[in-house]
Amino acid sequence: MKSTVLTPPAPTPHLAPEAKERTTYLTADYGWKSWLFTVDHKRIAVLYLISIMTFFLIGGAFALLMRAELLTPKGDLFEAETYNKLFTMHGVVMIFFFLVPSIPAVLGNFLVPIMIGTKDLAFPKINLLSWYIYVVGGAATLFVAITGGVDTGWTFYAPYSSTYANTNVAGTAIAVFITGFSSILTGLNFIVTIHKMRAPGMTWFKMPLFLWAQYATSLIMILGTPVLAITVLLLGLERLFHIGVFDPALGGDPVLFQHLFWFYSHPAVYIMILPGMGVISEIVACFAKKRIFGYHFIAFSSLAIAIFGFLVWGHHMFVSGQSAYAGMVFSFLTMLVAIPSAVKVFNWIATLYKGQVSLETPMLYALGFIGLFTIGGVTGLFLAVMGLDRHVHDTYFVVAHFHYVMVGGMVMAFMGGMHFWWSKMFGRMYPEAMGQFAAVVIFVGFNFTFFPQFLLGYMGMPRRYHQYNEEFVILNVLSTAGATILGGGFLMSICYFIWSLKWGKPATQNPWEAKGLEWEKAPTPPPTFNFPDGERIVVTEDAYAYTEEEAHDHVAAGVKK
Amino acid sequence: MWKDFPLYPEQASTIAQPVDLLYFFLIAVSAFFALLISVLVVVFAAKYRKSRPDAYSAHIEGSTKLEMVWTIIPLGLTMVMFAWGTILFFDQARMPAGAMEFTVTGKQWMWKVQHPTGQREINDLHMPIGRPLRLTMTSEDVIHSYYIPAFRTKQDVVPGRYSQMWFEANKLGTFDLFCAEYCGTKHSQMIGKVTVMTQEDYERWLSGAVANETPVQAGERLFTALRCITCHNATSAARGPNLAGQFGKEVELSTGAKVTFDADYVRESILNPNAKLVAGFQPLMPTFQGQVKEEDILSLIAYLKTFGATAPAAGSAAK
Repeated sequence: MKSTVLTPPAPTPHLAPEAKERTTYLTADYGWKSWLFTVDHKRIAVLYLISIMTFFLIGGAFALLMRAELLTPKGDLFEAETYNKLFTMHGVVMIFFFLVPSIPAVLGNFLVPIMIGTKDLAFPKINLLSWYIYVVGGAATLFVAITGGVDTGWTFYAPYSSTYANTNVAGTAIAVFITGFSSILTGLNFIVTIHKMRAPGMTWFKMPLFLWAQYATSLIMILGTPVLAITVLLLGLERLFHIGVFDPALGGDPVLFQHLFWFYSHPAVYIMILPGMGVISEIVACFAKKRIFGYHFIAFSSLAIAIFGFLVWGHHMFVSGQSAYAGMVFSFLTMLVAIPSAVKVFNWIATLYKGQVSLETPMLYALGFIGLFTIGGVTGLFLAVMGLDRHVHDTYFVVAHFHYVMVGGMVMAFMGGMHFWWSKMFGRMYPEAMGQFAAVVIFVGFNFTFFPQFLLGYMGMPRRYHQYNEEFVILNVLSTAGATILGGGFLMSICYFIWSLKWGKPATQNPWEAKGLEWEKAPTPPPTFNFPDGERIVVTEDAYAYTEEEAHDHVAAGVKK
Repeated sequence: MWKDFPLYPEQASTIAQPVDLLYFFLIAVSAFFALLISVLVVVFAAKYRKSRPDAYSAHIEGSTKLEMVWTIIPLGLTMVMFAWGTILFFDQARMPAGAMEFTVTGKQWMWKVQHPTGQREINDLHMPIGRPLRLTMTSEDVIHSYYIPAFRTKQDVVPGRYSQMWFEANKLGTFDLFCAEYCGTKHSQMIGKVTVMTQEDYERWLSGAVANETPVQAGERLFTALRCITCHNATSAARGPNLAGQFGKEVELSTGAKVTFDADYVRESILNPNAKLVAGFQPLMPTFQGQVKEEDILSLIAYLKTFGATAPAAGSAAK
């Protein structure tokens, strides 16, 4: 078994093709051992799905508790210290344990090998290892949360975190440090797989854009995450052994911490959003039944974002004491990174032009993504413009902006992707009407929650405030009301997804009439090695060949387009 | 109705209006694109709604011309934003001449302010209208950020170094002062009020407040009390460099490098004297870490600025 991984798919004798009930990856084996020791990328994706959804619910609960506190200006529900722990744990859990792994580790894990026409990732055991590392890191974080929590904010700014905080900073740093390796291993696995294991004919420019996005994300994961590991390691060393790195009282420099932290954490924003963009490209093309507009531009814009994303970290530090000239350079580069994102948005819209648009749930999420991500993107410019950032930095404007990108963008893409590929993963359809209803509820709830925060921010309400001035109360009440709607929408979706596992309508192989190997070649749900036994995958078509036949027919018949 | 539901805070400083103008420009651009995109999405989704099962989409690969259009137009717009915002930021980064010199020390969870005339206050700031204030700020513990929304400005206050900010109020009244950088448990209570008064009212307020020695006087007293003067004097046998008239000049170090004799250099030399030794001197000076408070160092700096200076230092007697 050891060396068979890289060989082309061969008939596997233990799967009997003549069996009436086709064996899928879900029914290939039973019992908890068959899951916990699996090396099947699809099973690992399901393990990841369960774990990240657990953290999503925990992080969401923290968020709702925070919003409950902010319903009134006074700090009357929780102690200040408890509130500070809530927003810290919300950030840590959502970023490191939900947003970063969500699309790559669930949809990426499931789809990358199938989309390129191979039977697994390049290193299946490393793939399983990455999940175990994630679980250990997650367990460490939960342990910290249960035994008192941490109150530094997810940004861990020194010297507060290294010297002054009385909470379990070291434990959290260790948890984040461990979890980073899970990302690195996933990134490594995707890069090698995409380079070495594409099916015959699957050239780089025939790849679905989801893969380009995963590839760009993986590059950031393996280049950026080690810097985060170094940063939290130094932080831990300073805290435990008083080695002076960041605390000026020990001869360190607190601004150095910010440089190191954002060197990872800004690219990490693109780790979170790029895979989402990949999902949107797939959904838009499928539900417009049309070739994606400007394929090469979208593909290269992913790489451009990955590269430029490493050069803009200083825009978090305009008022930190960083040189104004450095700030100028970072501001300029940030303007440049906005362009490839804009290019993607325009290309998706152009894809709709003269298509055959249908509005099933995944498409609703995709169109919602386009609108919300645009708002998230342009408000990023407000923060990248230095003269304005002096006012809005560290206010609710920032909170609103990154939630538009992270929730309005990334979570919408994740939801869209889950609805799109749910049937492929589990063989049953989610209830369509419920899906559309929940999508609208989430869209409305989201805007109610976060739009008022832009106004709050410009009015001057600083972030991370346990209590606030009376003048901010109306907007805070609106935001809390929205958060309950938003939470309700997510709960509804989770419920019908679980319901559909047993009672959902059985899905055909390609319910969306979509293009792509996962729909056209892989059965629903796929067998352990993804494709029917003995079928050799050879790719001849471009990605998104929704209109190729008509185009050829028309050319052949001499009909003008 | 809009009075009860304002969209921006009061404009109370000279830069508030320019910042808001830039804000409105960005809002206009953003609203235009958000609207354009929403309208296109809705129109396309409606107009090209899937009609019959056998209908098919147009075969379009892309258009380099269009790609250029939607690369260059946003690029041009962002460059305008960049230039405008950078100019505005640099206006605030350059300290105006003749500003009143205030010092601010942040600590968990209070702001300690000292006026040029020596008065101190905690959390609040009283200031005259129409005169620029220059704040030299540091922190005793963690990072804080001095933020006055009505003035549209903030600056992080970092331990171990000095940050500077300036503003000039152009509206009388009382405005919020917040700590904007998360600094621990009572971060949201590290707040205060900025009171902008007429020059006469400010002077009346000053005379009513307890007048301490001015920072320069305190610095002069400390310079003797800490025995700095024993080594740092003008005699040829002095064991330390003469500091008279040195502030703001370049000094050569024993390594041959050159540094500017500024606030940060003074601070470092008091706390870690041998880190940057002036050429021609032995590493004899002991550290004063633990013996001097942040405010003492600020006073010493204020004194050294005036010590032996030919012209009266800016701010100490600003017109």
